[in-house]
Amino acid sequence: MSTAAPAVAPTELDLPDDEDVVDPDRPWVVVVWNDPINLMSYVAYVFQSLFGYSVAKATKLMLQVHQEGKAAVSTGTREKAEFDVSRLHAHGLWATMQQD
Amino acid sequence: MWLRPRIEATRRGDFRLRLTRGERDALRSLPGQLRELLATDDPSLVRLFPPAYPDDQEWNDEFERLTRGELRGTKADALRVMEETVDAERLTEEQLRAWLGALNDLRLVLGTRLEVTEETYAEDVLPGDPRAPELALFAYLSWLQEQVVAALATGPRG
Repeated sequence: MSTAAPAVAPTELDLPDDEDVVDPDRPWVVVVWNDPINLMSYVAYVFQSLFGYSVAKATKLMLQVHQEGKAAVSTGTREKAEFDVSRLHAHGLWATMQQD
Repeated sequence: MWLRPRIEATRRGDFRLRLTRGERDALRSLPGQLRELLATDDPSLVRLFPPAYPDDQEWNDEFERLTRGELRGTKADALRVMEETVDAERLTEEQLRAWLGALNDLRLVLGTRLEVTEETYAEDVLPGDPRAPELALFAYLSWLQEQVVAALATGPRG
């Protein structure tokens, strides 16, 4: 992956607006994206120290980021997701949030 | 001496920092340079401040308005700790965590400037490459950060 933000393909289609309706009950998902600078050992360490994950769980998530390009690392309310994203940003990880 | 870990947890609960004078001199000016850069909108800072909402400009602007100041402050604080303890023989766990964050931010900025890819790590630095000094520095910082992660992961509370 490059260091640039993911490219979004322009769309000419008029898609239905359903997906824009915010359902407060749908959980937010925090996603960490692969990048070529953060070290694998460091990413696993951050998952352990921020979320209290076991070595096994943190390593599995790190490998998912590395091999599949991204991984969902936490879920919850919008406030919790924003809190987790800001902590991941403070540790230099490329984290975004979305409502699945 | 160099067969022992360069950064190692001690029985006292802190960490021993076995760096040479040359390494400390190489590290000395880096935190100050990045702290000055943090006050600007330099494009090489892009990886330090990723968008939380990549598809929603309005929410992203609001998120940045609420978090950007604290994020800059956290990064500047860590850089200041590294700057002030660059000659230390021992670091507390809190200070070593600051080094970890500072080293990562330095690598994110340098790696962005060098357009690092996953292949960069396996490539030799060629003496004729105009980027050779910065590539060598990037490789050194990567190695040092690995040592810090290993020390913290096996440390007293790790």
